[in-house]
Amino acid sequence: MAYKIVKDNCTGCSACEPECPNEAISESKDGLFIIDPAKCTECIGHHDQPQCVAVCPIEETCVIDDNYPRYQAA
Amino acid sequence: MQTEQHQSGADGAENHAGANVDEIMQKVAEHKGCGTSGGSGKASCGSGAGENDLPTEIWEKVKNHPCYSEEAHHHYARMHVAVAPACNIQCNYCNRKYDCANESRPGVVSEKLTPEQAAKKVLAVASTIPQMTVLGIAGPGDPLANPEKTFKTFELVAKYAPDIKLCVSTNGLTLPDHVERLSKYNIDHVTITINMVDPEVGAKIYPWVYYNKKRYHGVEAAKILTDRQLQGLEMLTERGILSKINSVMIPGINDEHLVEVNKAVKSRGAFLHNIMPLISAPEHGTVFGLTGQRGPTAQELKALQDNCEGEMNMMRHCRQCRADAVGLLGEDRSAEFTTDKVMEMEVSYDLEARKAYQEAVEKERQAVVDAKKAELAGLAGEHSDIKMLIAVATKGSGKVNEHFGHAKEFQVYELSTSGAKFVGHRRVDLYCQGGYGEEDSLATIIRAINDCHAVFVAKIGGCPKNDLKAAGIDPVDQYAGEFIEQSAIAYFKDYLDKVKSGEIQHVERGDAQIRQGALTAAEAA
Repeated sequence: MAYKIVKDNCTGCSACEPECPNEAISESKDGLFIIDPAKCTECIGHHDQPQCVAVCPIEETCVIDDNYPRYQAA
Repeated sequence: MQTEQHQSGADGAENHAGANVDEIMQKVAEHKGCGTSGGSGKASCGSGAGENDLPTEIWEKVKNHPCYSEEAHHHYARMHVAVAPACNIQCNYCNRKYDCANESRPGVVSEKLTPEQAAKKVLAVASTIPQMTVLGIAGPGDPLANPEKTFKTFELVAKYAPDIKLCVSTNGLTLPDHVERLSKYNIDHVTITINMVDPEVGAKIYPWVYYNKKRYHGVEAAKILTDRQLQGLEMLTERGILSKINSVMIPGINDEHLVEVNKAVKSRGAFLHNIMPLISAPEHGTVFGLTGQRGPTAQELKALQDNCEGEMNMMRHCRQCRADAVGLLGEDRSAEFTTDKVMEMEVSYDLEARKAYQEAVEKERQAVVDAKKAELAGLAGEHSDIKMLIAVATKGSGKVNEHFGHAKEFQVYELSTSGAKFVGHRRVDLYCQGGYGEEDSLATIIRAINDCHAVFVAKIGGCPKNDLKAAGIDPVDQYAGEFIEQSAIAYFKDYLDKVKSGEIQHVERGDAQIRQGALTAAEAA
């Protein structure tokens, strides 16, 4: 599983982008942010908490995307 | 002159870097000595302090800064650029999801800018508004949670517009990490929002903070925040960078506690304390708005400010501006400078023309000070316990020069035998305020200035005149075009004479309502 950003909740504040240890987050054309699931490691091995979730000011915006397999078995 | 000021500021910063902390603290403490003398001493102190009340080097830093000097705010303008959208803490009075052109709270903006766009906007505004002396970065998130964007903007502006003073407003969480850099960029004013020094109180204001790659909650989060804020403040003081403290007054949560906050920040060298009313309209969608947490009344706010004034300088002229505000305080010209318009503008930054304009402003400003002094001389020897508030309709320049019907705010002065002292402003119109539009606007104006004995205007129609009189507020148009403080003192002398002769009886006025938010471009248009 990777994290994804719920478009309707994202304010485009950019807080998540510099915190991602994998450079998986980028700004889209509409000024909002998206996560590249191929790069997302859920911060396992980097930090105790997924950084996008920890820094995002809006609850339920950075959420697990069940469409992707877990990056790394714990 | 402006370039020289900037240069001397740079030199000053270097000198301060090596200066003794005790020496700096002493200077800060010395100039506040007037605040503890009580009575007439207080009237000349506070953020209205003038040249004679402050050490020269502090006066040089604040004299043209509308947010640090009450006197300067009548004459000089500021602008904010919204380059810092990210934040690292959550406050219960903030809703990060809400952006509205017609709504006005700190943190609300119409457009986010890149540092390059921001620099172009600063040059465009400074060329159009020559009295614009200050660029602040105040969000919409936390400028120091966006350090690269914030410092890049400062770097560009310092390069192309070296006479403009730079300042930054922060929640303080990452402040200790950035003090060196702030010092390097010659930023000599920093505003820190400090709402508590007790984590138990803080837990009711801040649900979480993001620090060292983790989200902390409750008391633990508030403890981290207060420790970092106070550490940052001490570091600024050590380097001679002036600090203003913003506090949001939240009745029942931190209202009494702010006296303790005031002592804590003063002892760490803060220069000015700005206690602002909570903005918590339900439609703003903040936690406090949704839980029905009320803001203070005008009298509650003034009582707390007065209570803290014996401790240190209080700021009374804050308008709780948007993070993209442009112009004089209480004025919003941001609609003239949207990104589209700015990018099309041909900008020629003429330092000499700005200097010449500002020299004329200084002459005008001196005339206000001289007029006040001359009128005050007539009050010498008078002693009375009577104090009263008056509201003034003004467009700036320290004059009674606005029509009653055109006023978007009234400036409030307290009159006593010590003179006329600015104590605040009252908004009387707000686009997004539900419910008010259907009412008679005069009733809302009277509610906003109900604690005032008189309202000074350049002109007023017959109907509102009668309604004001019926409400016990004296409509005064005899000072049209004249200086505010001089007129106010003359009016007060006359009032005292009438009370003495028995022609009128002095009665206390009631409380007034604080309208929420600052002026927006939509209203100003």
